[in-house]
Amino acid sequence: MMKTLVLRLLVVLGLALPVVPATASEGGYPWDPFPAAKMTDMAALQNGARIFTNYCLGCHSATYMRYNRLHDIGLSDEQIKKNLLFATDKVGDTMRAAIDPRQAKDWFGTAPPDLSVIARSRAEIGRGSGADYLYTLWRTFYRDDAKPTGWNNLVFPDIAMPHALWQLQGERRARFVEVKDPHDAARTMHRFAGFEQITKGTLDQQQYDEAIGDLVAYLQWMGEPAQGTRVRVGVGVLVFLGLIVLFTWRLSSAYWRTVH
Amino acid sequence: MAEMQTAPPGAGAGRRLLTWVDNRFPLSKLFNEHMAHYYAPKNFNIWYVFGSLALLVLVNQILTGIFLTMHYKPDAAKAFESVEYIMRDVPWGWLVRYMHSTGASAFFIVVYLHMWRGLIYGSYRKPRELVWLFGCAIFLSLMAEAFMGYLLPWGQMSYWGAQVIVNLFSAVPFIGPDLSLLIRGDYVVGDATLNRFFSFHVIAVPLVLLGLVVAHIIALHEVGSNNPDGVEVKEKKDANGNPLDSIPFHPYYTVHDIYAVSVFLFIFSAVLFFAPEGGGYFLEFNNFIEANPLKTPPHIAPVWYFTPYYSMLRATTDLMVNVLAIILALAAVLAILRGGFRAAGKIAIAVAALVAVFLLKTFDAKFWGVVVMGGAVLILFFLPWLDRSPVKSIRYRPGWHRIVYGVFLAFFLALGYLGSQPPSPAGNYVSQLGTLVYFGFFLLMPWWSRMGIFKPVPDRVTFASHASDLSGVHR
Repeated sequence: MMKTLVLRLLVVLGLALPVVPATASEGGYPWDPFPAAKMTDMAALQNGARIFTNYCLGCHSATYMRYNRLHDIGLSDEQIKKNLLFATDKVGDTMRAAIDPRQAKDWFGTAPPDLSVIARSRAEIGRGSGADYLYTLWRTFYRDDAKPTGWNNLVFPDIAMPHALWQLQGERRARFVEVKDPHDAARTMHRFAGFEQITKGTLDQQQYDEAIGDLVAYLQWMGEPAQGTRVRVGVGVLVFLGLIVLFTWRLSSAYWRTVH
Repeated sequence: MAEMQTAPPGAGAGRRLLTWVDNRFPLSKLFNEHMAHYYAPKNFNIWYVFGSLALLVLVNQILTGIFLTMHYKPDAAKAFESVEYIMRDVPWGWLVRYMHSTGASAFFIVVYLHMWRGLIYGSYRKPRELVWLFGCAIFLSLMAEAFMGYLLPWGQMSYWGAQVIVNLFSAVPFIGPDLSLLIRGDYVVGDATLNRFFSFHVIAVPLVLLGLVVAHIIALHEVGSNNPDGVEVKEKKDANGNPLDSIPFHPYYTVHDIYAVSVFLFIFSAVLFFAPEGGGYFLEFNNFIEANPLKTPPHIAPVWYFTPYYSMLRATTDLMVNVLAIILALAAVLAILRGGFRAAGKIAIAVAALVAVFLLKTFDAKFWGVVVMGGAVLILFFLPWLDRSPVKSIRYRPGWHRIVYGVFLAFFLALGYLGSQPPSPAGNYVSQLGTLVYFGFFLLMPWWSRMGIFKPVPDRVTFASHASDLSGVHR
């Protein structure tokens, strides 16, 4: 119990450290904080892995991620084979999308990026962690008929990817209001004023947010599968070094006591 | 050749072995000269630990580097992947890689602190000029080492950072384009660049670095350390000929440094295990995206330890070149009117100033930016001859000298911050002012360092015995 608590605190700390409190609202839609407690929740990570293989892996590879590394989040080879693998893959393989990148480029205008380290690459100093970004991205899709895919996103305007999880969330429209630009009275700005649900999804909003939290937890974990080990080893190392510091401090003063 | 020694009768195996070795290699002699009988001033404070720590980090970088080289592929198609392979599939590879990446930043932190110590206590003054020069050469090599190492992970920042810096060389008049081609081995940063940077990073520069470190330490042990009082401890000796205010390095400073090492390792490990990205400053977030020559990131910033110099580069605009030309002209006029030169000297100064102003206005500001950036590092080499203060340590300088050092430091830190930020007009003015302060600090030092009322320097070092200090904390 205590151990989990310490671990969780440290994971939260580890996730929070790179983040300077979000300053102002410049540079777009502010990111929501990712519920970092999910990082130590095996069920959430496993559910995230399931959502990832079902919905993301069709188009996005995770070329540096081996299926059998999922052992670390409590899945056995049998479970991986039965639930997550494509028929032709082996558990030692890396996660590769079935899509042909060239076709994908024709269809979406850009090749879907590899997601192995996506959560690490999307952090921004002053805005939030990559997990915050992804957590917000997946909760701010809306219908936009002006776009080729029919979808747009608040965090990533003009995103090339359609809303792959729309069946879960349902379709939503974004309401914008026109407001005067405070810096230039002659101009007006679009300001986001909330979503309107058009069609219902299979999940309600709270369930959907939970599912996205799980998915992002998985992506965050996949960015650095050793992160749990890192924190655990780190605690031991710091305890050890703390004792060494005490010892060397006493050793040093023992010698220096005789210096006049 | 020394006479053959024999171990005393009945001596243990260890003693006999040592005698055998000492007859063939000066093991005990070296140990005594550099450790047990090497005398160091007893009044060192916390500023004096960073040299040992730099050595520790150097060893860390070499050892972890050896293991990284076993798994890393210096190939544009495989480099990024191989780093992720190290992070995921190599047992404890993540630890080795983080030790190396965190170590790079730690290296610069301890080296900057080490240099600052030298600056405030006048450790570069006679007779320690060569210690300082070797140190400056180490700093320069370290920058080259870090710059080339940063390309190896082959992320977006690796790639575009290298692209920007190598492109700078093309601003050099006449030979620039060929020079940058020679460095890259290609017309853009590519596989050839990665291969040669790898070669430089893992063998060429480390060899130079190690040689310089040895020279730095030999020179230091020849003249002995300075101390916070800037007093020459060798001038007051006891009956045995040992400096009165000194103590043997071993065991006193070995235990002292071991204590410092453990505190350092504690902080280092806290970063390594709990925030290895260093908030996006040690490992830049954009560098987790593989290099893409077709996609320029919107904001390219070098790693934090280069940002002060990068700021100076960006500050050198056409406006700045005009300011520099005016300053140069004014300096020449002042020298002619007040310098007390003879007619020939005055003419020479006038001609030199005219040529310099002409060159400033002829070549591109970008080239002068490179000159400013390089000059900011090279000027450090001249410090021993720029400082004319009658005392070494800041402790005995006039009070307002502390303000001068403080302003210099504040601007250096501001330059560092601004270099990590996207350019802005206000930031650029501050950078320009900071660049002038940086160069002014050094170039005007021959005048300001002599000015003011200096405090008397004591004959002996100031040292409070730790005997009555129950807590044992004295630093």
